[in-house]
Amino acid sequence: MKLCDIVQELDATTLNGEDRLNSEITRCGASDLMSDVLARPTDGTLLMTGLTTIQTIRTAKIAGVVAVVFVRGKRPPPEVLTVARTEDMPLFSSPYSMFVCCGRLHARGLTGLDGRR
Amino acid sequence: MASLKKFFFIKARDFVHAGEASIHIQSLLKSMHWDPVLIRRVAICSYEGEMNVVIHGGDGVLNLSIENDRLIIEIIDDGPGIQDISLAMQPGYSTASDEAREMGFGAGMGLPNMKKNADDIQIESEPGIRTRASMTFLLESPKETP
Repeated sequence: MKLCDIVQELDATTLNGEDRLNSEITRCGASDLMSDVLARPTDGTLLMTGLTTIQTIRTAKIAGVVAVVFVRGKRPPPEVLTVARTEDMPLFSSPYSMFVCCGRLHARGLTGLDGRR
Repeated sequence: MASLKKFFFIKARDFVHAGEASIHIQSLLKSMHWDPVLIRRVAICSYEGEMNVVIHGGDGVLNLSIENDRLIIEIIDDGPGIQDISLAMQPGYSTASDEAREMGFGAGMGLPNMKKNADDIQIESEPGIRTRASMTFLLESPKETP
Protein backbone atom coordinates (compact mmCIF):
# COMPACT_ATOMS: atom_id res chain seq x y z
CA MET A 1 0.00 0.00 0.00
CA LYS A 2 1.43 3.38 -0.94
CA LEU A 3 2.03 5.94 1.78
CA CYS A 4 -0.38 8.35 0.04
CA ASP A 5 -3.17 5.74 0.30
CA ILE A 6 -2.36 5.20 3.97
CA VAL A 7 -2.59 8.95 4.56
CA GLN A 8 -6.02 8.96 2.90
CA GLU A 9 -7.23 5.91 4.85
CA LEU A 10 -6.21 7.51 8.15
CA ASP A 11 -7.49 11.00 7.19
CA ALA A 12 -4.00 12.08 8.15
CA THR A 13 -2.25 15.41 7.79
CA THR A 14 1.23 15.40 6.28
CA LEU A 15 3.70 17.10 8.63
CA ASN A 16 6.89 16.16 6.78
CA GLY A 17 7.87 14.17 3.70
CA GLU A 18 5.49 15.29 0.92
CA ASP A 19 8.01 13.91 -1.56
CA ARG A 20 7.93 10.41 -0.06
CA LEU A 21 4.22 9.66 -0.52
CA ASN A 22 4.92 7.09 -3.21
CA SER A 23 6.83 4.83 -0.78
CA GLU A 24 5.38 1.32 -0.54
CA ILE A 25 4.48 -0.12 2.88
CA THR A 26 3.44 -3.70 3.62
CA ARG A 27 4.08 -4.05 7.38
CA CYS A 28 3.11 -1.85 10.34
CA GLY A 29 3.94 -1.57 14.02
CA ALA A 30 2.26 0.37 16.82
CA SER A 31 4.07 1.21 20.04
CA ASP A 32 4.88 3.95 22.50
CA LEU A 33 7.89 2.00 23.77
CA MET A 34 10.94 2.82 21.69
CA SER A 35 12.99 -0.14 22.94
CA ASP A 36 10.20 -2.44 21.77
CA VAL A 37 10.49 -0.82 18.33
CA LEU A 38 14.24 -1.48 18.36
CA ALA A 39 13.68 -5.10 19.35
CA ARG A 40 11.44 -5.92 16.38
CA PRO A 41 12.01 -6.32 12.60
CA THR A 42 11.10 -2.76 11.64
CA ASP A 43 13.05 -2.23 8.41
CA GLY A 44 10.76 -0.75 5.75
CA THR A 45 7.73 -0.45 8.02
CA LEU A 46 5.24 2.19 9.18
CA LEU A 47 5.29 3.13 12.89
CA MET A 48 2.14 4.34 14.63
CA THR A 49 2.73 5.99 17.99
CA GLY A 50 1.38 8.53 20.44
CA LEU A 51 4.89 9.58 21.42
CA THR A 52 5.88 12.89 19.81
CA THR A 53 9.46 13.30 21.03
CA ILE A 54 12.81 13.74 19.29
CA GLN A 55 13.67 10.19 20.32
CA THR A 56 10.69 8.89 18.32
CA ILE A 57 12.34 10.29 15.19
CA ARG A 58 15.83 9.04 16.05
CA THR A 59 14.50 5.60 17.01
CA ALA A 60 12.57 5.40 13.72
CA LYS A 61 15.73 6.37 11.81
CA ILE A 62 17.91 3.81 13.60
CA ALA A 63 15.25 1.10 13.19
CA GLY A 64 14.84 1.70 9.44
CA VAL A 65 11.21 2.82 9.76
CA VAL A 66 9.90 4.40 6.53
CA ALA A 67 7.34 6.79 8.08
CA VAL A 68 5.73 7.69 11.42
CA VAL A 69 2.02 8.33 12.06
CA PHE A 70 1.11 10.16 15.27
CA VAL A 71 -2.26 8.96 16.51
CA ARG A 72 -5.06 10.75 18.41
CA GLY A 73 -4.43 13.96 16.48
CA LYS A 74 -1.08 14.49 18.16
CA ARG A 75 1.36 16.93 16.66
CA PRO A 76 5.01 17.15 17.62
CA PRO A 77 6.62 20.38 18.86
CA PRO A 78 8.67 22.42 16.32
CA GLU A 79 12.04 21.05 17.46
CA VAL A 80 10.85 17.51 16.68
CA LEU A 81 9.79 18.59 13.18
CA THR A 82 13.23 20.12 12.70
CA VAL A 83 14.89 16.79 13.55
CA ALA A 84 12.46 14.96 11.23
CA ARG A 85 13.46 17.26 8.38
CA THR A 86 17.14 16.74 9.14
CA GLU A 87 16.70 12.96 9.24
CA ASP A 88 14.34 12.95 6.24
CA MET A 89 11.63 11.10 8.19
CA PRO A 90 8.07 11.45 6.82
CA LEU A 91 5.58 12.33 9.59
CA PHE A 92 1.79 12.27 9.63
CA SER A 93 -0.92 13.03 12.17
CA SER A 94 -4.18 11.08 12.22
CA PRO A 95 -7.24 12.10 14.25
CA TYR A 96 -8.02 8.44 15.00
CA SER A 97 -6.95 6.43 18.05
CA MET A 98 -4.15 3.88 17.87
CA PHE A 99 -6.78 1.11 17.81
CA VAL A 100 -8.74 2.63 14.94
CA CYS A 101 -5.60 3.48 12.92
CA CYS A 102 -4.42 -0.14 13.26
CA GLY A 103 -7.88 -1.48 12.40
CA ARG A 104 -8.21 0.64 9.28
CA LEU A 105 -4.81 -0.43 7.93
CA HIS A 106 -5.33 -4.07 8.87
CA ALA A 107 -8.63 -4.01 6.96
CA ARG A 108 -6.72 -2.79 3.91
CA GLY A 109 -4.42 -5.82 4.03
CA LEU A 110 -1.36 -4.54 5.86
CA THR A 111 0.38 -6.95 8.23
CA GLY A 112 2.22 -6.73 11.53
CA LEU A 113 6.00 -6.44 11.72
CA ASP A 114 6.42 -10.20 11.47
CA GLY A 115 4.22 -10.40 8.37
CA ARG A 116 1.26 -11.97 10.17
CA ARG A 117 -2.34 -10.71 10.04
CA MET B 1 39.20 -3.41 5.29
CA ALA B 2 41.14 -0.28 6.23
CA SER B 3 41.17 0.66 9.88
CA LEU B 4 39.03 3.54 11.11
CA LYS B 5 38.60 5.14 14.52
CA LYS B 6 36.10 7.76 15.67
CA PHE B 7 34.92 8.97 19.04
CA PHE B 8 31.87 10.88 20.22
CA PHE B 9 30.98 12.59 23.49
CA ILE B 10 27.72 11.63 25.18
CA LYS B 11 26.19 14.05 27.67
CA ALA B 12 24.13 12.72 30.55
CA ARG B 13 20.44 13.68 30.56
CA ASP B 14 20.76 15.44 27.16
CA PHE B 15 17.67 14.00 25.50
CA VAL B 16 17.79 16.62 22.73
CA HIS B 17 21.05 15.34 21.25
CA ALA B 18 20.80 11.73 22.42
CA GLY B 19 21.19 9.38 19.48
CA GLU B 20 23.12 11.75 17.20
CA ALA B 21 26.33 9.71 17.49
CA SER B 22 24.52 6.51 16.50
CA ILE B 23 22.82 8.14 13.52
CA HIS B 24 26.22 9.47 12.45
CA ILE B 25 27.65 5.93 12.66
CA GLN B 26 24.65 4.52 10.75
CA SER B 27 25.16 7.10 7.97
CA LEU B 28 28.90 6.43 7.88
CA LEU B 29 28.41 2.66 7.43
CA LYS B 30 25.73 3.26 4.77
CA SER B 31 28.18 5.49 2.87
CA MET B 32 30.67 2.61 3.04
CA HIS B 33 28.00 0.32 1.49
CA TRP B 34 28.02 -2.19 4.33
CA ASP B 35 25.49 -5.00 4.56
CA PRO B 36 22.16 -3.41 5.68
CA VAL B 37 21.54 -6.13 8.28
CA LEU B 38 24.93 -5.55 9.87
CA ILE B 39 24.39 -1.76 9.80
CA ARG B 40 21.05 -2.22 11.56
CA ARG B 41 22.60 -4.41 14.28
CA VAL B 42 25.45 -1.95 14.87
CA ALA B 43 23.10 1.07 14.87
CA ILE B 44 20.69 -0.50 17.36
CA CYS B 45 23.48 -1.48 19.76
CA SER B 46 25.12 1.91 19.48
CA TYR B 47 21.81 3.73 20.04
CA GLU B 48 20.74 1.60 22.99
CA GLY B 49 24.18 2.07 24.54
CA GLU B 50 24.10 5.81 23.90
CA MET B 51 20.64 6.08 25.46
CA ASN B 52 21.83 4.08 28.48
CA VAL B 53 24.50 6.70 29.15
CA VAL B 54 22.03 9.57 28.66
CA ILE B 55 19.44 7.92 30.92
CA HIS B 56 21.54 6.30 33.62
CA GLY B 57 25.16 7.35 33.34
CA GLY B 58 27.38 10.31 33.87
CA ASP B 59 28.91 11.96 30.83
CA GLY B 60 30.61 9.45 28.58
CA VAL B 61 32.33 8.66 25.32
CA LEU B 62 31.54 6.30 22.47
CA ASN B 63 34.53 4.89 20.60
CA LEU B 64 34.02 3.33 17.20
CA SER B 65 36.82 1.27 15.70
CA ILE B 66 36.93 -0.83 12.58
CA GLU B 67 39.91 -3.08 12.19
CA ASN B 68 40.48 -6.04 9.91
CA ASP B 69 37.57 -8.42 10.44
CA ARG B 70 35.62 -6.58 13.14
CA LEU B 71 33.86 -3.43 14.25
CA ILE B 72 33.98 -2.53 17.94
CA ILE B 73 31.80 -0.03 19.77
CA GLU B 74 33.07 0.84 23.23
CA ILE B 75 30.99 3.06 25.49
CA ILE B 76 32.46 4.36 28.73
CA ASP B 77 30.70 6.65 31.21
CA ASP B 78 31.48 8.21 34.58
CA GLY B 79 29.04 6.29 36.68
CA PRO B 80 27.05 5.74 38.81
CA GLY B 81 27.71 2.23 37.49
CA ILE B 82 25.57 -0.90 37.47
CA GLN B 83 25.09 -2.62 40.83
CA ASP B 84 24.11 -6.04 39.43
CA ILE B 85 24.99 -6.61 35.77
CA SER B 86 23.24 -9.99 35.46
CA LEU B 87 20.03 -8.43 36.81
CA ALA B 88 20.38 -5.47 34.41
CA MET B 89 20.69 -7.93 31.49
CA GLN B 90 17.30 -9.47 32.28
CA PRO B 91 14.52 -8.30 29.91
CA GLY B 92 12.09 -6.04 31.73
CA TYR B 93 14.41 -5.01 34.56
CA SER B 94 14.83 -1.24 34.68
CA THR B 95 15.86 1.54 37.03
CA ALA B 96 15.03 4.32 34.52
CA SER B 97 13.67 7.69 35.60
CA ASP B 98 10.18 8.94 34.77
CA GLU B 99 11.82 11.36 32.31
CA ALA B 100 13.35 8.44 30.41
CA ARG B 101 10.05 6.56 30.45
CA GLU B 102 8.29 9.60 28.99
CA MET B 103 10.76 9.39 26.09
CA GLY B 104 9.71 5.78 25.42
CA PHE B 105 12.64 4.14 27.16
CA GLY B 106 13.03 2.40 30.50
CA ALA B 107 11.22 -0.80 29.51
CA GLY B 108 14.25 -2.85 30.50
CA MET B 109 15.05 -3.84 26.91
CA GLY B 110 18.27 -1.87 26.30
CA LEU B 111 20.94 -4.33 27.42
CA PRO B 112 19.00 -7.41 26.16
CA ASN B 113 18.69 -5.70 22.74
CA MET B 114 22.43 -5.01 22.73
CA LYS B 115 23.24 -8.61 23.66
CA LYS B 116 20.92 -9.91 20.95
CA ASN B 117 22.46 -7.81 18.18
CA ALA B 118 26.20 -7.90 18.98
CA ASP B 119 28.41 -10.89 18.23
CA ASP B 120 29.99 -10.34 21.62
CA ILE B 121 29.31 -7.96 24.49
CA GLN B 122 31.44 -7.29 27.54
CA ILE B 123 30.19 -5.07 30.36
CA GLU B 124 32.31 -4.05 33.31
CA SER B 125 31.13 -1.69 36.02
CA GLU B 126 32.59 -0.23 39.16
CA PRO B 127 29.55 1.04 41.07
CA GLY B 128 29.92 4.73 41.84
CA ILE B 129 32.79 5.14 39.38
CA ARG B 130 32.29 4.00 35.80
CA THR B 131 30.75 1.54 33.37
CA ARG B 132 32.35 0.21 30.20
CA ALA B 133 30.42 -1.71 27.56
CA SER B 134 32.27 -3.14 24.58
CA MET B 135 30.36 -4.66 21.66
CA THR B 136 32.04 -6.56 18.85
CA PHE B 137 30.59 -7.22 15.39
CA LEU B 138 32.29 -9.66 13.04
CA LEU B 139 32.33 -8.50 9.42
CA GLU B 140 32.56 -12.05 8.11
CA SER B 141 30.35 -14.90 9.37
CA PRO B 142 28.32 -12.74 11.78
CA LYS B 143 25.62 -14.27 13.95
CA GLU B 144 22.26 -14.85 12.30
CA THR B 145 19.82 -11.97 12.09
CA PRO B 146 17.94 -11.73 15.36
